[in-house]
Amino acid sequence: MALGGHLLTFLIFFPGVSALALLWLRGEDEVWIRRFTFVASTVEFLASLLLLRAVPIGQSHYSLEEFSRWISAPTINYHLGVDGISMFLVILTTFLTPICVLASWKGVHHRIKEFHVMLLLLEVGVVGVFLSLDLFLFFLFWEVMLIPMAFLIGIWGHDRRIYAAIKFVLYTMTGSIFMLVGIIWLYNHTGTFDLPTIQAMLHSGQLVLSERTETLLFLAFFVAFAIKVPLFPLHTWLPDAHVEAPTAGSIILAGVLLKMGTYGMIRFCLPLFPDASHRAAPWVAALAIIGIIYGALVALVQPNLKKLVAYSSVSHLGFVVLGIFAFHEISMQGAVYQMLAHGISTGALFLLVGMLYDRRHTFEISEYGGLCAPMPRFAAFFLFVALSSMGLPMLNGFVGEFLILLGTYQHHWNWAAWAATGVILSACYLLWSYQRVFYGDITHEKNRELQDISPRENWSLVVMSIVILWMGIGSPFFTRRFEAPCKTLLQEMNPNVMHEAGIRPPLAVTGGVRTTISTERLASR
Amino acid sequence: MESLNQEMLRNVFHVLPELVWCVFGVFLMLLQPFLKNRQALTFLALLGSAIGTLITFFTFMGPGFSGLIQFDTFALFFHWLIGLVAFLVILSSDSYLQRENLDAAEFYALILFATAGMGVLSSAQELLTAFIGLEMSSISSYILAGYRRDSIKASESAVKYFLLGSFATAFFLYGIALVYGVAGSTNLAALANVDPNGTLLRMGLTLILVGLGFKVAMAPFQIWTPDVYEGAPTPVTALFSAGPKAATFALLLRIFSTIHAATDYWFWAFWILAVLTMFVGNLGAIVQSNVKRMLAYSSIAHAGYTLVAFAAITFVRPDPNLVSAAYAAVLFYLASYALVSVGAFTIVSEIGGQGERYLTYDDYAGLGTRQPFAAAGLTLFLLSFLGLPITAGFFGKLYIFTAAIKSNLVWLAVFMAINSVIGAYYYFRLIVVMYMRDHKGPVAESAANTLSPTAAMVVTVAALITLYLGLAPNHILGIVLSQPLMLSAR
Repeated sequence: MALGGHLLTFLIFFPGVSALALLWLRGEDEVWIRRFTFVASTVEFLASLLLLRAVPIGQSHYSLEEFSRWISAPTINYHLGVDGISMFLVILTTFLTPICVLASWKGVHHRIKEFHVMLLLLEVGVVGVFLSLDLFLFFLFWEVMLIPMAFLIGIWGHDRRIYAAIKFVLYTMTGSIFMLVGIIWLYNHTGTFDLPTIQAMLHSGQLVLSERTETLLFLAFFVAFAIKVPLFPLHTWLPDAHVEAPTAGSIILAGVLLKMGTYGMIRFCLPLFPDASHRAAPWVAALAIIGIIYGALVALVQPNLKKLVAYSSVSHLGFVVLGIFAFHEISMQGAVYQMLAHGISTGALFLLVGMLYDRRHTFEISEYGGLCAPMPRFAAFFLFVALSSMGLPMLNGFVGEFLILLGTYQHHWNWAAWAATGVILSACYLLWSYQRVFYGDITHEKNRELQDISPRENWSLVVMSIVILWMGIGSPFFTRRFEAPCKTLLQEMNPNVMHEAGIRPPLAVTGGVRTTISTERLASR
Repeated sequence: MESLNQEMLRNVFHVLPELVWCVFGVFLMLLQPFLKNRQALTFLALLGSAIGTLITFFTFMGPGFSGLIQFDTFALFFHWLIGLVAFLVILSSDSYLQRENLDAAEFYALILFATAGMGVLSSAQELLTAFIGLEMSSISSYILAGYRRDSIKASESAVKYFLLGSFATAFFLYGIALVYGVAGSTNLAALANVDPNGTLLRMGLTLILVGLGFKVAMAPFQIWTPDVYEGAPTPVTALFSAGPKAATFALLLRIFSTIHAATDYWFWAFWILAVLTMFVGNLGAIVQSNVKRMLAYSSIAHAGYTLVAFAAITFVRPDPNLVSAAYAAVLFYLASYALVSVGAFTIVSEIGGQGERYLTYDDYAGLGTRQPFAAAGLTLFLLSFLGLPITAGFFGKLYIFTAAIKSNLVWLAVFMAINSVIGAYYYFRLIVVMYMRDHKGPVAESAANTLSPTAAMVVTVAALITLYLGLAPNHILGIVLSQPLMLSAR
């Protein structure tokens, strides 16, 4: 196997090692620092592509597992593993990091070495979160990634950066400290932090949670994730963090960090507390729908382009949460797909907005207008990305939203109906803002001499656009790979569904550890 | 006669570290008129603290002086801790004394005497012996607090500490008297045979708790802390926040592990004290603009976290496994806090400049670019205070959380979680100031200079220990748990 079976360890720590190596470069070698980081993050991306081969299609249990003891009291293991869901999120992370390096080529001028060190450290934390199968290890990476992100916002951000950085840290800390209490509670009742082991204990009836306990534990985890997503009404940190962050920070924040929340819901909340999740679903769905509509409405009236994109994230992530808590296998797949699609399109939107800022140093929509004339190619890319974000068929945003709405409709038609208004609103705010920025007369003289995109910007946009198109057309390439984990997850959550599925042949295809456990449980009934 | 001498000699081997510290202290005092070289004095003091710490390997284990002293693994652990703290504090004082132009010999001698007192405190098995230890460390501390004679703040600090400290000592003594009335002995072993619910015993122990609570700065006996910490020379503040606190907590652990059976009374006492102390410390720290005062309040907050584990201990008395886990939590927490705190105060001391003028948050603005090493070190220590992973403070907090939740004290854990978030605000604010804000106006001379070599050494050692405990807490925990820390009296 690749790298002697330690591919996951390599993926987590290679950026960290690169960051250490970067410290040896002199601070004045600016170009070399950028080049080195770019090469390192590209190597990381190529290495992460090996996951595509390593994770078999249709397999629902973890691949490439690594396990070793780390600390004996309390028992903490270094347990990594990857499945179809986490694989793509890792690839998304490693894909966006080199884009970030390119995006900050012109935008970041001071403390360049520290900037790139922070970017790479952030990658360590995020990849670690997606690959950890030990609750403790997960928490550790979850916290570790906080500091580089706060620094990215706080040092290289815009005017109100310090306020935004502190707000970001406090929000996240509040959520995660209660998650820690929940994790320790689980540890005290199971004697392990190991996620698959705890799941097996739940299935075999070794660990029985009372209704109240399960609800409280669910909340302890869910609130931490909901803050990260961010779910209405916990979203207020997001616009500040996004607007104040440098372009690279926004790309990573929107592209990957928000997904840590939804990923946490899929990986931890649902399998560990299935009944509580079912009980909470109507409430969560209501918040998600409010988020979808509220986010879109606020985006509609934003005078600030970056804030507009930030609020569109609130709206889009609402779809993801809705898809997860509709408990339908199609909507679940749609949710995962939307996570990836949003990562690419919103990442690209922030990239484009960042390019505008590099030229004009403002995010105000009123400062622009008529940009089509001086920057035709830029305008074309912007339109393409905006269309993908609003969910035009053939582009990536459509697949995710469609699957989510389709799956949700099967169980709750009214949820789907409300959420669908978000699709319409997203077309409104994106097209309207596009119109105001790119069409009409040039009202500011400065805008006449704006440079169209440079070759460097061109390449990163071309790559993003290809991915957007490919995800729109070739969606089975992705869904095939996370179909099985999504299905298994839902089957395990619902005893009745499991009962039906146990007889059906598809189970034989999915196979794996989890199904074995569920059939055992079936036999014991 | 022969056997008596042998007995005497054997007893001496139980207090070897204290003896070495005292001998070196006296030696330094005697040398003072002849030896004017500060560095030589520093070297001697370092040597003394190091030998005193290392000699624990030759110290006899078990009870000595007919049961007055109990040198067990528990005491060994605290001797190492306070020995290491003394070593680091002396090392960091070197440049401070030079800068402030203060006499070195007496300063070091007092630190060594205080350390010896703390040593006695952590191995005392009898209340009056503990009292002697407490007084040894306190009286040295009073003098050290006012060591900068020409500073008004330092004098205020010393007077305040002395008056309130004596008051607290009186409480402690009165408590001893009451306990003696019940148990007929001041030996802790005798407490095991007394009805734990007796009113007189409760009164006595409550008074003892008040006396010791003053020393560890638990609310509502914490009023002195910010003023004393602010006025005292910063290396001394480092010592206060680390040494006496750890040693006094050691004594508290010893006393409250000898009372039989779980009693609701003590559980609720510690529960309330813990919550109160955490909130007072953290809320107080939020509004500070002076870094030294902020760290003083944070030291109160950390005493509160430690008390959470005490509540867990008194709650789960019957179950030895849970108790030993909670003990381990206390010991680990005290060790991690002490070392991190010494590191943090060392940096504060260096940045303060002559006369400790540069202590506000504003003076720390832009430190990240001016003094990358100091800023990075302080950031690490603050993150450890905050309890972020891969630092010692994280595991300290984790163990206390675990102890609390294992005892089903979920509400206490939740209060601690809330406080951790409050803590995150003011610790992170300092990090923000150092890295994200530029300094306004001319930068003061001393706030721009790099750390002195000795201070840099202290910071490096403390930082390495912080990371080591954060990555591999196993080893130290193994030592803590190697011998079940059921104290011998039980």
